[in-house]
Amino acid sequence: MERITRAAKDFGLARSIILGFFLLLLVLSGVYGMSVPRMLTDVFIRWGMHGILVLAMVPSIQSGIGPNFGVSIGIIGGLLGALISIELRAAGAFLGLGSGDREVGQAADAVATNGAAYGDYLADYYEIVGGGFFNYVGQLPGADVVVQIIVAMIIGLFFAAIFGILYGMLLNRVKGSEMMISTYVGFSVVAFFNIMWLVLPFRAGTSIWPIAGAGLRVQISLVDDFSRVFNHLWAVSIGGLIIPTGLLLVFFLFCVIIWLFMRSRSGMMMSAAGANPSFAKAAGINVNRMRILGTTISTMLGAVGIIIYAQSFGFLQMYSAPLFMGFTTVAAILIGGASINRAWIFNVLLGAFLFQGILVTGPAVANQLVPEGNLSEIARIIISNGIILYALTKAKEVAR
Amino acid sequence: MRQNGIDMYRVSNFFIKNCVTVLFVILCIIALYITTFSPTFILEEIFMRMGRSTLLVLSLLIPVIAGLGLNFGIVVGAIAAQAGIFIAVFFFQYIETLFGEGRLLGFMADFAGIGFIGFLIAFAVATPLAILFGFLVGKLFNKMKGTEMIGGLVAGFFSDGLYQFFFLFVMGGLFTVDMMARLFPDAALNLILPTGVGVMVNINLQGNIAGAVDNVSMLRIVDAAFYVVSAVSAVMLIYRFVTKKALGLLKIAKVFVPVAILWGASHIFPAVEEFLLADRLRLIYAVEWTAFLVAAISLWRIIQEKALQKKEGVPLRPILYLAAAALVYGITWHPAVYTAFMHVRLPVLTFLLIIGTCFFIRWFLNTRLGQNMRTVGQDRAVATSAGINVNRVRIIAIIMSTTLACWGQLIFLQNMGTMAMYGAHPAVGLYTVAALLVGGASVQSAGIKNALLGVVLFHTLIFLAPNVGAQLMGDSQHGEFFRLFITYGVVAISLALYAWSRIKTASSAAQIGDPAPDTGGGAQES
Repeated sequence: MERITRAAKDFGLARSIILGFFLLLLVLSGVYGMSVPRMLTDVFIRWGMHGILVLAMVPSIQSGIGPNFGVSIGIIGGLLGALISIELRAAGAFLGLGSGDREVGQAADAVATNGAAYGDYLADYYEIVGGGFFNYVGQLPGADVVVQIIVAMIIGLFFAAIFGILYGMLLNRVKGSEMMISTYVGFSVVAFFNIMWLVLPFRAGTSIWPIAGAGLRVQISLVDDFSRVFNHLWAVSIGGLIIPTGLLLVFFLFCVIIWLFMRSRSGMMMSAAGANPSFAKAAGINVNRMRILGTTISTMLGAVGIIIYAQSFGFLQMYSAPLFMGFTTVAAILIGGASINRAWIFNVLLGAFLFQGILVTGPAVANQLVPEGNLSEIARIIISNGIILYALTKAKEVAR
Repeated sequence: MRQNGIDMYRVSNFFIKNCVTVLFVILCIIALYITTFSPTFILEEIFMRMGRSTLLVLSLLIPVIAGLGLNFGIVVGAIAAQAGIFIAVFFFQYIETLFGEGRLLGFMADFAGIGFIGFLIAFAVATPLAILFGFLVGKLFNKMKGTEMIGGLVAGFFSDGLYQFFFLFVMGGLFTVDMMARLFPDAALNLILPTGVGVMVNINLQGNIAGAVDNVSMLRIVDAAFYVVSAVSAVMLIYRFVTKKALGLLKIAKVFVPVAILWGASHIFPAVEEFLLADRLRLIYAVEWTAFLVAAISLWRIIQEKALQKKEGVPLRPILYLAAAALVYGITWHPAVYTAFMHVRLPVLTFLLIIGTCFFIRWFLNTRLGQNMRTVGQDRAVATSAGINVNRVRIIAIIMSTTLACWGQLIFLQNMGTMAMYGAHPAVGLYTVAALLVGGASVQSAGIKNALLGVVLFHTLIFLAPNVGAQLMGDSQHGEFFRLFITYGVVAISLALYAWSRIKTASSAAQIGDPAPDTGGGAQES
């Protein structure tokens, strides 16, 4: 009994409320006659889609720089990787590697490209859901796109590593004000790359404005590239609930990598440096170096994260789109039970799921009450910033 | 040689400390060199922008002094202002029908225009809201001491979410148009989006609030000043007479007599009345008069010091002011400057309000509460041991800041003439903070001169950036992205430099090792 109460205490009141709210919303959506499995499918896809970005918070928080509001720097690295991979594809670099069975997905992507709403992206699964309880609805992607997305990740990781080291060096000079400075450095980098997106010599037809002949589009369709590679991989339908197995496996793979790293010698040293810098210094750990390591890994995860996000979304979102992604990812890990100075993989898994769960179900239920209102963006703003405020008020109490 | 070395160190230190300001001066000079706009147009635009946004920037000063850092939470004040304006516009038809024919407010409408009444209603609704919001934000900040800035930023986003929830969802969604029509039959329901849910994205303020402050004529200002000063003087005299205190006639006369003379002149001489009937003052007159006034006061000071008090030495300060006034006056005789200054016309009441706020802040910081704020800002522990209620002082600072920001946003919107319901407030925090930092302020020190210099420099560059971008790159989009970049960059660089210098002083204090860290370290904590 004692164990249960302690477990409940560890889980936290705020988190219990959010979990309860999510379950309530699920029940309500069932009551209102919405398809609960379909909604859960949406949650699962978004879980895998945002997961790695949320995971990027773990090394930064553990290494002592706090939640990485400047993860948009890593996102920029990932965007560069994706853009260069598109250029390579346009130049014919991946031709002849063989393309898989992508007919259904392509058709649905074409619908999405032609202006259908984002929510319709579930359609391409449900086109092939059979009658039985358990169905295999997956499609094997072609080798060309798999190679392309891996190339995009590698290039993205390369840029993110450079950015991350510089960013980490900066953060070492401003200890104590990392949150504010990472936020504004992130904003500045995004704004700087706004100019770069106009200036850099990208030439692929799908990337640039067709009329001007220069300058990247606001949204770059990935239909000809790696759109939904992992989303369709080995997807199964269980009673109408579709599990995007490939996407989740990629997410879990990165979780395991980070988990192993955090258990390794460097990872332990990094956590020690973050938990108690002066003690770590006395123990012979180079605290500044550990902070740079944590920042760099976080930034690199941001780069991978945005590529996974983009392949799931079907588009690369350029210009000001990454501006506030830092806030949503920070909010997600805080919902998962992390604090400003402690975070673990479990917080990522729970937080990403709950956050996306509420963002999917909440507005859907609200739209049953008021059909015209568009709540999803408003709900995102209120929930993400509300939870950050809550965590900030809690952080000080712990410190005292 | 050694002397020279120290000076070099000082010079480089000055540039590092003020690098954002120096950078902006350089960028402004480059932009002014490249731009194709005429100097007159630029001057006009900059003064217009000054009138719009100086009050917002001034609202940041008090929290900095109280040690709360740059208050990104002033967005909350802007939200209060917009809610007030929405309600005023929503009920404007009532206001017109009810008060247009009524006695007291009808007189007000004749006096300062119907727009002024709309503005007063917005003011009356927005101010209590701002005070309430400021109180809540202050409470919140007291729970997150040390992380107020990020807290304020996030609180701004959060309140923006609530604001959108209210105006895009509750209005028309939960509180449907039918219900509104039943409850308020004469309200302006055309402010609701055609779908029936949510408030319009752009609200036209022409004919109800636009120009309410800008367009008040000087004659009305003089009249109002005369009425107010007479009433206050009378009340003071009666009070002092009844309580049998010294009357202090001379002090009262010092204020009353000039105002009465001006008022009398405006009603006796038609030429003066005609001049004062305008609501805009040509910049040339403003500059000339200020120069004369400064010269007169400086001369009086010099006479006072040398002839009456027989002080030793040269009265350097008044002489400097006198020379500056003479120089400024001389410059206005240059034909190009003259035409430009002749062309620019300032909204009188708006600028008077800005000047008044500057003086208010200066006065306030010397009051007891203001001094307490300084103490709290320097060291919370010392303030607590001195018996100051730190949390209360901090809440008051935030309430004042939020309320000033609310009024600033009201002034801003009445000048714009249209309200972007969901676009006008989110940028307020960023742009005002950036302007203040450009003026040379930091997280822990900011003054009125930082605010004024910052507004001029920042808005010069922000205004010129698209044009310069078009000149250099053939596309104004570059300039627009550039100004976003420079705005974020300014905040990032200033915050980073501040944090860096704080760590450097802390570590050098620790290296000295003596009692120094005790006092120095304590101050660094906040």
